[in-house]
Amino acid sequence: MIHFENVGLRYGLGPEILRDITFDIPASSFQFLTGPSGAGKTTLLKLLFLSLKPTRGLIRMFDRDIASIPREDLPMLRRRIGIVFQDFQLLDHLTTYENVSLPLRVRGKEEHTYRSDVIELLKWVGLGQRINVLPPVLSGGEKQRAAIARALMDRPEILLADEPTGNVDPPMARRLLGLFRELNRQGTAVLIATHDFALMDQVDARRMILSEGRLEIFS
Amino acid sequence: MSVAEKTPAPPERKRLNDGATRPHGPIVPSANVQGSALLAVIAIMSFLACLTLGGVSMVRATAASWQSQISREITIQIKPDDNFDMEKALNDARNLASSFVGVTGATIMDKQATSRLLEPWLGASLDIDELPVPRLVIVTIDESAPPDFAALRDALSKKIPQASLDDHRTWVNRLVSMARTTVAIGTGVLVLVFSAMVLTVIFATRGALSGNRHIVEVLHFVGAEASFVANEFQKHFLIISLKGSGAGSALAALFFMLASWWQSRSLATPASDQATALFGTFSVGWLGYVGIALTMILIAGLTTLTARLTVMRTIYEIDQIRSDPARSDGLNT
Ligand SMILES: Nc1ncnc2c1ncn2[C@@H]1O[C@H](COP(=O)(O)OP(=O)(O)OP(=O)(O)O)[C@@H](O)[C@H]1O
Ligand SMILES: [Mg+2]
Repeated sequence: MIHFENVGLRYGLGPEILRDITFDIPASSFQFLTGPSGAGKTTLLKLLFLSLKPTRGLIRMFDRDIASIPREDLPMLRRRIGIVFQDFQLLDHLTTYENVSLPLRVRGKEEHTYRSDVIELLKWVGLGQRINVLPPVLSGGEKQRAAIARALMDRPEILLADEPTGNVDPPMARRLLGLFRELNRQGTAVLIATHDFALMDQVDARRMILSEGRLEIFS
Repeated sequence: MSVAEKTPAPPERKRLNDGATRPHGPIVPSANVQGSALLAVIAIMSFLACLTLGGVSMVRATAASWQSQISREITIQIKPDDNFDMEKALNDARNLASSFVGVTGATIMDKQATSRLLEPWLGASLDIDELPVPRLVIVTIDESAPPDFAALRDALSKKIPQASLDDHRTWVNRLVSMARTTVAIGTGVLVLVFSAMVLTVIFATRGALSGNRHIVEVLHFVGAEASFVANEFQKHFLIISLKGSGAGSALAALFFMLASWWQSRSLATPASDQATALFGTFSVGWLGYVGIALTMILIAGLTTLTARLTVMRTIYEIDQIRSDPARSDGLNT
């Protein structure tokens, strides 16, 4: 589904953050992306989310060479990708419920068609009591869960999550991991960037380790 | 959504089922678009634009009416002289003028009318017989086929040496050129006011949008198309600009209405006459009000369009950063 070949990336004139990265993400796969802080995990996720272009190398997503994708097609491709940003990117003036339903709203869906789904998902991530609360009032962990719920809302083909358990306690982390695995069982490919070895040990999944710009893969 | 369907229901599910939510809040909160400054700018600019537009059309109409009034009439002036039968001379002049082709009528301005004409200078208790005042014959002519002025003038001076013909031609010519200059200047001012308005609206709209980049980004990243994001913002700007330009134009229309009402009410008072002489009548006519309405629509459209283009541009910049990581002033995920 996603194919990287000799991908390199540098910011401006700085050093190459990513060097000769080659890997595949098959459909319905589950993997962790790890590495020391500053190794380039977020940068790699941005490449996968089409919000950065590689300085060199080839990226194919959904069977298209991303170098040849016109700007207007990007929204449609992004709709097939769910992303949980490291800093959540929630809109402060919308309630949790509205933030989570945003992906459906921008796709032009009517509220009555998704309302109960959104509420159910919010309850499942433990935000049933926080439906009408604005993000500034939420705790870090609650924001995180809202961001995850938003990424899952439209059933993406691949879910990219940047430190999705960084702000929650171990039981909640396990619960979120369970959610990701459930999602994966239903066919969504999942890529979780994390430093949390305890989390990774809970699942027997592929580990992609970034260090000094190189990527090593352990299955 | 099926993820949730297949997961075990949390215990609070029944109790809280379908917890009430407020109606969807607007994606772009109106408080984020700092509308009041923009609204004021738009109102002022549209007021000025309408005022200029009204002014120009007024001068134009006035000049045109002066021109046609003056060129529709010529006057024969007969100077008094000793031992001179003024009444006979006046009758002769009228008959002579009436005999010319192209003349549609000739009337002698009677004594009352003459003294009324002189009243501002000589006072009300004027006995016209005691004073050697010149008398007038007003000759109306067919504008499209005017009489031969030179022949008329010749015939007149032969018969009545004291008579002189004023065809107002110099006046008409002066008026025409003055009106043209005024309209040209007014049009120039109108162009300036409109350009200033366009630029102000553009800058004010950009300013009002600049704080909302984060919203644009988030919408873009959850898969919104550029046109969707632009529509969300556009709505606000359409409302603001309609309010602003509506207020400005209404004020301008009110101004013209009040002015024309004042003028008609105080007709023939010296102040009003003065204003009429200077500005013409204040009525801008229905065409003027149509112009004001058009100005309003133009301003509203312009603001909305600027908002749309600015949002589109912001999205374009976000996508540019994608291909140029050095400019990563965007999201720092
Ligand atoms: N916009 C940017 N401009 C310049 N350099 C950047 C930019 N974003 C990241 N970097 C650099 O790229 C390197 C990798 O950053 P990145 O955020 O991808 O690391 P990370 O693995 O996600 O780290 P963490 O685990 O702390 O989130 C860092 O050295 C960082 O300074
Ligand atoms: Mg990171």
